[in-house]
Amino acid sequence: MQRLLRGIFPQQASNLAPEVDHLFFALLALCGAVAFLVCVVALFFCIRYRRGSRADRTPSKINHHYVEITWTVVPLIIFLGIFFWAAEIFFGMSRAPASATEIYVVGKQWMWKIQHPDGRREINELHIPVGQPVKLIMTSQDVIHDFFVPEFRNKQDVVPGRYTTEWFTPTKAGKYHIFCSQYCGTNHSKMVGWVYVMEPTEHAKWLAGQPAPDSLVAAGERAFRSHGCSGCHAPNSTIRAPLLDGIYGKQVPLSNSTLVTADEQYLRDSILLPNKQIAAGYEPIMPTFQGQISDEELNAIIAYLKSLSDQTSPKGTTP
Amino acid sequence: MITATTQAAPQSVKGDVPTYLAAGKTIRSWLLTTDHKRIAILYMVSITLFFFIGGAAATLMRLELLTPQGDLVTSETYNKLFTLHGVVMVWFFLIPSIPTVLGNFLVPLMIGARDVAFPKLNLASWYLFMIGGAFALFSIITGGVDTGWTFYTPYSSTYANGHVIAMATGIFIAGFGSIATGLNFIVTVHKMRAPGMTWFRLPLFIWTIYTTSLILVLATPVLAITLTLMALERAFGVGIFNPALGGDPLLFQHLFWFYSHPAVYIMILPGMGVVSELIPCFARKSLFGYKYVAYATVAIGVFGFLVWGHHMFVSSQSIYAGMIFSVLSFAVSIPSAIKVFNWTATLYKGSISFQTPMLYVLGFVGLFTIGGLTGLFLAALAVDVHVHDTYFVIAHFHYIMVGGMVMAYLGGIHFWWPKITGRLYPETLAKLSAVTIFLGFNLTFFPQFILGYLGMPRRYHVYAPEFQVLNVLSTAGASILAVGYVLPLAYLLWSLRYGRKADSNPWRATGLEWTTSSPPSKDNFEATPIVTEPPYRYDPQATEAALETAHV
Amino acid sequence: MSSLATEAPVAHQFETADQQREAATMGMWLFIATEILFFGAMFLGYTVYRLGYPQAFAEASRHTLIAFGGTNTAVLLISSTVMAFAVRAARENRRGLLVTLLLVTSSLGALFLVIKGFEYSKEISEHLLPGRSFQIDAADPAHAEMFFYIYWLTTGVHALHVTIGVVLITIFAIRAWFTDAFVNHDTAVDLLGLYWHFVDIVWVFLFPLIYLIDRHS
Repeated sequence: MQRLLRGIFPQQASNLAPEVDHLFFALLALCGAVAFLVCVVALFFCIRYRRGSRADRTPSKINHHYVEITWTVVPLIIFLGIFFWAAEIFFGMSRAPASATEIYVVGKQWMWKIQHPDGRREINELHIPVGQPVKLIMTSQDVIHDFFVPEFRNKQDVVPGRYTTEWFTPTKAGKYHIFCSQYCGTNHSKMVGWVYVMEPTEHAKWLAGQPAPDSLVAAGERAFRSHGCSGCHAPNSTIRAPLLDGIYGKQVPLSNSTLVTADEQYLRDSILLPNKQIAAGYEPIMPTFQGQISDEELNAIIAYLKSLSDQTSPKGTTP
Repeated sequence: MITATTQAAPQSVKGDVPTYLAAGKTIRSWLLTTDHKRIAILYMVSITLFFFIGGAAATLMRLELLTPQGDLVTSETYNKLFTLHGVVMVWFFLIPSIPTVLGNFLVPLMIGARDVAFPKLNLASWYLFMIGGAFALFSIITGGVDTGWTFYTPYSSTYANGHVIAMATGIFIAGFGSIATGLNFIVTVHKMRAPGMTWFRLPLFIWTIYTTSLILVLATPVLAITLTLMALERAFGVGIFNPALGGDPLLFQHLFWFYSHPAVYIMILPGMGVVSELIPCFARKSLFGYKYVAYATVAIGVFGFLVWGHHMFVSSQSIYAGMIFSVLSFAVSIPSAIKVFNWTATLYKGSISFQTPMLYVLGFVGLFTIGGLTGLFLAALAVDVHVHDTYFVIAHFHYIMVGGMVMAYLGGIHFWWPKITGRLYPETLAKLSAVTIFLGFNLTFFPQFILGYLGMPRRYHVYAPEFQVLNVLSTAGASILAVGYVLPLAYLLWSLRYGRKADSNPWRATGLEWTTSSPPSKDNFEATPIVTEPPYRYDPQATEAALETAHV
Repeated sequence: MSSLATEAPVAHQFETADQQREAATMGMWLFIATEILFFGAMFLGYTVYRLGYPQAFAEASRHTLIAFGGTNTAVLLISSTVMAFAVRAARENRRGLLVTLLLVTSSLGALFLVIKGFEYSKEISEHLLPGRSFQIDAADPAHAEMFFYIYWLTTGVHALHVTIGVVLITIFAIRAWFTDAFVNHDTAVDLLGLYWHFVDIVWVFLFPLIYLIDRHS
């Protein structure tokens, strides 16, 4: 029985799974009832009023309009209810809690590259502890991919040129599929991997067995220097460029007198497409780093810039 | 039996006026015809060919999916197969199917006209369709395309293998054929109706073809320019859709679905039209809520333009956009529900007989209901996040497209076969194949709902071993379905020569097309009919009474 | 109005000449509706990127050659006016005048294409054709290139429509001169006029969007 159920229904392994499944079963019950009713009524009419049957066929006196209005308005109300229910869950899906671990994901034909905040990297594998919310900050190096874990009931397209996010709290230890679910070329069906959800103690043990590289923030700081960013974006620089301490999350005034929030996307665009949005009061002199900097380095630099806004971060020192 | 009154007495064309089929026997007389009925036959032959090409690709895919490993074809070939299946079935079978075959044949007959408004343009549409088809076939034969029928950028514009540009050109050209057909039907319905054929005396088939045509005319040009931009980007590397060059890949998706979602209604509305014709005839009852069904048809056409974003809930469009598209998608399901309820209510107190066309229609109602209801799962944002781009979606739209449109097409072909060819098909064999198709279809596609919720993504050449059992079931169903589709091809061809001769109205149906001979003459009617009644004037009690007398 | 038209040949599918005329006119309007959506998608692409990169678009727009564009606007507007008179000449059955006006219209259309050709070749020599040789002195060359990509695409598609129009109008002029095709039968000329005005209107939208973004100073 258990095995049969496994064969037709996926496990629930994240905080989202029960919510989505409740809605799914509600829809299943509702739609099943409607389909059953339509089929039973149609079958009943087909048998009762088959040609040659002795049924009463005197024209009925039903008022068409009332019937039509009823079966227009009633489904509409029910559907609106479902809409709000589904939208509420969806809204929750797009708002990660502040405590979530931020993990960077880069999709490329045909693998998943993962960068943890402590600097560890994985390919096609993601090891995370039970109970800790995870926010994936994802981008693609080539075409559109999609990060899908059926047991978490969550997926999100991974789009080149922009960051997309997806979050979940794993609730059950185990090994779950990662599927790429946006068609991405020849080996699309092999762009798969595994999420290992581990009990916190197991996870700690696993961590201890891994080499401990520099944290992502430290790697970002190194890249920030090696690419020469610190040459201009520093207080003592001869070139007038904005200081980046605490930039993340701030409202930045632009030269076309609009305001923009400095999120991951803004920081990424400022490095790759510096003239897209020019900060007010500065000359558009920054060169583009498109093609000179890998997505992983970019992620590290952004993690570093974000750490400068975070007072509690040990790395929050001015370079 | 009561039929729409016509000015002329019983019409026959024996002797003096040849039927449209006898009006010319040479190949030239077919290839240069401007007769809407002959053009319908040209389309019927061509789309049947495309249907079996697309079907062959599907067969290979289902065979490959028998096992989790890729043992029959390589990944690249598999990707080319599903692209071929999608492109051919969508643009070269489903979109033209009912509009160009039954629509071309029936629109002038049903409204009492001698032909469509622009017969030469009608023939030109077929040539555009065939030239487009030739480009598509060229692209398939010389190596195929592996983009999927959706041509998402930047994959299609930068990374894909094969002759993407030739394929896009084929769709572009065939698209102009669609536009010309749609334009022709709109003008025909507006300007060519017989005296007395008011809007609310039109058969519902005409309402659906009319709405479909509006969508064809307004949506197809957007597809044309979108594919042009994609092809130019691929050819010259300057990118509106390529993020590496500052473009936006999501703009492609918006433009593509602005066409392709309404295109879904191009594919299903005409099927609904056929069902609305057939149910009253076989239940001997006038259609319940005619005006509501007509308004629902137009409502689907209008709302259909406003819901494209529901294909993009996880694409990284704004969540607020997602919510608006979600609520509109729920709204568009209402008119479809109204139709199903009205069809069911039509059966009440009818005098129902179960000939082949009725079996197809009952199958349509059941399968379309399931297809439509599973659409609600996809409109519900949170559930869609999970099932988007999985086999759940595949199952859902095959229930609509194959369970709905193909069933309606076959039902319509059987129903009007005597009118088109003047022959009757073998009833027992036809019933058998209708049942085979229904069973095979469900076995093929029902397991895919479960696969989808389990999480098997679409377009997967190799898959996780735990999905195998359901895939094997699906492939088993597909083999039954294949038999079900070959049977009608065989016996319908057989009936052309050996079928019993049909009289002008074998179903005792109402509608102007049944007042002329089977098959009709080139000019359809001896004299322009005058319409004095609404459609579907059937009387179940009279039918029963006639049956009683026959037995006594 | 039908006293003249009834003498015209009526195709077999129509009952009356009025029905034929109404059908043809409606067909033309539907065709124009299709065309509007065809151009509409390109205008949408333009809008999206102009809103996204206003400065790049303004800067790129200053590199366009407004002398050519301005002259062409005048040429096309005049040709449209002449076409309107041609339609009236057809309605009044003034054959000689009709032929002359059609020829003037098509010559102006051809002139438009010639000027556009010079403009294109000058732009190619200034490296403004998107592709490998594209060069522009702008802060954001990538999106300036996007502007020029949309510029070449929209004006190219428009020029294709002008070319089709010029060919059709010339054929109409020849038929009007050598045959009786349009005697008592002006529907076709009327519809040709509709098409030509549509092509003109598209340009009226294109002109400010391309040449006038940032010319106020």
